Amino acid sequence: MAYMHIGKDFVPPDVAGKVTGRIKYSEDYTREGMVYARLLTSPIPHAKVVSIDASEALAMEGVFGILTADDVYPDGEANSTGLKILTNEPTLVGEPILAVAAVDEKTAETAIAAITVTFERLPFVMDPVDSLEEGGPDAYNGGNTFVFREGFAQEKWTSDQVASFRAGNEPTAEPAAELSYGDLEAGFANSAFVYETPFTTAGYPHMSMEPRSAMAYWEDGKLYLHGTSQSLTALADGMAGIVGVPKEDLVFINAATGGGFGQRARAGSIPSMAIPAKLSQKINRPVMMRCTREEEFTIGGARQGFQGWIKLGFKQDGTMAAADLWIVSDNGGKGGGGDAFSATNAISIVYQAEAVRFRGVSIGSNTAHRGAQRGPGENQIAAIVSPILDKAAEELGIDRLEIRKLNTPQTGDVGGINRQPFTSAYMPEALEQAATAFNWEERITRSRQRNGSKVTGIGIGQGYHNAGRSGMDGIIMMGPDGRLRVHNGVGNLGTYSYASTSRAAAEVLKMPWDRCDVITGRTDNHLPITSPQDGSNSIFTNTRTCFGAAQDMLAKMKEIAAADLGGDPADYDVSNERVHQIADDTVGMTFGEVAQRAMELGGKYTGEAELPEELAEWTQISVSRLAGSGFMGVYHDPRHSNNPPGFTVTCTEIELDTETGKIEILDMVSIAECGTVVHPQGLKNQLVGGGVWGIGMSVLERHLYDPQNGLPASTGYWQSKIPTYLDTPLKIDTGWVDLPDPENPVGARGVGEPSMGSVSAALNAAVSDALDGHVFNATPVTTDMIVNHIAGISEEWVPLAQNNFRG
Amino acid sequence: MNPKLTRRRFIKGVIASGAAATTTTMWYAANGQDRPTGFVERLIRINVNGQERSVDVAPQETLASTLRYKLGLTGTKLGCNRGECGACTVLVDDTPTYACSVLTHSMKFARIETVEGLEAPNGDLHAVQQGFIDQLSPQCGYCTPGQVMSAVGLLRANPNPTREEARQAMAGNICRCGSYDSYLDGVMRAAEIG
Repeated sequence: MAYMHIGKDFVPPDVAGKVTGRIKYSEDYTREGMVYARLLTSPIPHAKVVSIDASEALAMEGVFGILTADDVYPDGEANSTGLKILTNEPTLVGEPILAVAAVDEKTAETAIAAITVTFERLPFVMDPVDSLEEGGPDAYNGGNTFVFREGFAQEKWTSDQVASFRAGNEPTAEPAAELSYGDLEAGFANSAFVYETPFTTAGYPHMSMEPRSAMAYWEDGKLYLHGTSQSLTALADGMAGIVGVPKEDLVFINAATGGGFGQRARAGSIPSMAIPAKLSQKINRPVMMRCTREEEFTIGGARQGFQGWIKLGFKQDGTMAAADLWIVSDNGGKGGGGDAFSATNAISIVYQAEAVRFRGVSIGSNTAHRGAQRGPGENQIAAIVSPILDKAAEELGIDRLEIRKLNTPQTGDVGGINRQPFTSAYMPEALEQAATAFNWEERITRSRQRNGSKVTGIGIGQGYHNAGRSGMDGIIMMGPDGRLRVHNGVGNLGTYSYASTSRAAAEVLKMPWDRCDVITGRTDNHLPITSPQDGSNSIFTNTRTCFGAAQDMLAKMKEIAAADLGGDPADYDVSNERVHQIADDTVGMTFGEVAQRAMELGGKYTGEAELPEELAEWTQISVSRLAGSGFMGVYHDPRHSNNPPGFTVTCTEIELDTETGKIEILDMVSIAECGTVVHPQGLKNQLVGGGVWGIGMSVLERHLYDPQNGLPASTGYWQSKIPTYLDTPLKIDTGWVDLPDPENPVGARGVGEPSMGSVSAALNAAVSDALDGHVFNATPVTTDMIVNHIAGISEEWVPLAQNNFRG
Repeated sequence: MNPKLTRRRFIKGVIASGAAATTTTMWYAANGQDRPTGFVERLIRINVNGQERSVDVAPQETLASTLRYKLGLTGTKLGCNRGECGACTVLVDDTPTYACSVLTHSMKFARIETVEGLEAPNGDLHAVQQGFIDQLSPQCGYCTPGQVMSAVGLLRANPNPTREEARQAMAGNICRCGSYDSYLDGVMRAAEIG
């Protein structure tokens, strides 16, 4: 289909601010009378605060006040997992206990040094499997796991069960959760190749570049909160509840966000922004809370680590007959997420396994709080499964590309434990396109070729994430100037989807882009509710809402024109910023004129009547404030069914130095399958950016804790190394399938997360290839592990270790 | 690689300045919030973006702190404040320099350029800024001012770098969004249009 905007590059309105330094992040703001908050954080990994004596601090010159957990939770802290604003029951080093506001940060720090906090030390644990063992320490007060709607609980295995798991065997304990489909036993019985192994994937921090600083002040009963978020209205909606302010009295200001990656999607994962809000309320002054890199690490969260066992069975023809997983997922100090189930689900979806079983348990450790991080679950398992798939291919005499083709999902298939159909799935096309771009047939002949100490590895990998939601709202406005104003509540974390989804509205009304304004950045711009900008959903979800709001305005334009100029609304169309009769385009009105007429008519044309009944409360507030001020299109998007997938395929060629264990990526091609492409440059950025994350997961990133004292040892970039320019290929080639999805009005789906999974899968497969098919069953595969393997030294002398060195 | 900026030179600079703030306490000291001690000159003049600026500077204050909190030049970002990430990169006498890791007092005779100083008086963007827009190099944008300044430093020393030379020269700037490929596209575009 020929589009005016969809599939075309444009200059997003915020990019000039980014290259000039003009766009403001939360810490760039200042306010007259602003004072500074500093945090006293827990120095020990698990404790209870017995008493706080701040009398000396509060008497100091320049100190304005203190905020403690007793202030923010006067009825006591909730007996649940999840980050608290402040806590008297810290379960990780660095958790905020109290905040002090002072004239400057030095004074606040000096005051904090004068505060005496008495802690009762409690047992702590760094490795979930240590906690699982009978008599092992529990990370939380009341147990080592949290059961939804029931509370804290203990999961304990016998020492023999733990020892057997560490020795590599299938766990024999009762799982906390079990889900399955198909006949697993028959699947393995019918398999010609069965691979069974324990595996680990490391947890590691998000490491967003912008520390989570926030500034707040109150004015005329309203809270103005300058914060950082990847989901503008969705986060503000939740933050109002955390601060305890009515939604209509919160103004959340967030023009730009210095990285999110899942950790800033929802208010519950960044409640620290409530600290300056609450402190400002208490001392009646604007409060800036600057966060340091260390604080960004300690309260910034991490990916869940896995300690698992996997068994995969393949029939003689290469089809995956059965997949059986048992995963202990690391829930960290504050509870975590559902990575383990998502991982299993992804195997079902990407490889169309005929029978799948998931068993698992989430266990706490007194380490970073866990939550969503780019492809949570799907991406860890992609890197684990890909080398196993290659081993199956080798054993069964099938080409490694071929085995993926014959297990591929496609339109009409179902996937996942709940056997959900896809909205569409063009993975076969993506595999073909990647193979062609990479020249697979010629490249695979270089596999395992040696050149001195260097050996070539070839890898292919696939990535997946569910990539679309629905049920959100859209608002667009037009005034007598005829400009289209798209009110967009999507966060600005660097995907530019706040702008690219707005183009769906411009598309409907055939508006030139330079006649459109994207209204966003702060909630007093009256924005509709959106889904949190996580899970690669924004493109699918918000093109639906913007398209729908524009359809509403289009219908109203035609009604007005027909009423004023004669005929039936169906006789009218729009072009060149006019609504006009199809038969005679001289009979019509300019958009400015029709907007003026709409404002004269009022009622449903200006948001004052006949609103969609299902609008979210947040949207209702925004609509009520815009009502009567202009011509309005407003829409509530009904729920869709089925799974809109985001898929990617990556091929890579590496050179592995057998003397140093160093890997050099010589070539990398990533292909996206995300329906119709909305914004090519933005998509390319997600492919290369996700690719860099995939490199990090495969060979670099992990966080480390001192097992004796529970202290984090990797609070900075150099200690938990993220990929740099020199760890990534000189060029990453990208491409896309670009076929439409039927459940999106412009055919689009999201794809932010899968590119990490496919790169990690391809890279781990390439490392395995270079080492004659050795499978490490772990991420990251570090240079030490490679060198030790080549030297014949086992790299697993601490079997299944988590949050620490493996050996 | 920019011949003026070697790792050895950078490390020597950090040691000499003693300003690589590695603890929280030092971080605040580096923000210039200590009381003056002894007869240390505080009101100094520094040349920023071609203008002589008088500024009250504490003895242990870093250039990043002065730029952001004394001169309001918030385009210079603080990602780590300890010489790990490059978000605070500015040019000091044309050399890309981590502003978090030099003392403002050592800048009295230097020529400092920040991202705010790149636009022409008529509003035209610098070639690097335009190149980054053309290639949509930034994602979240937090590291972008530092990436811009490193690229400007590179192109002054080497107006037509190869992609590999650009990669080496930019290697001190981390981008957590992983937009390296797009930044390199932007640098190459800037070399074309510059």
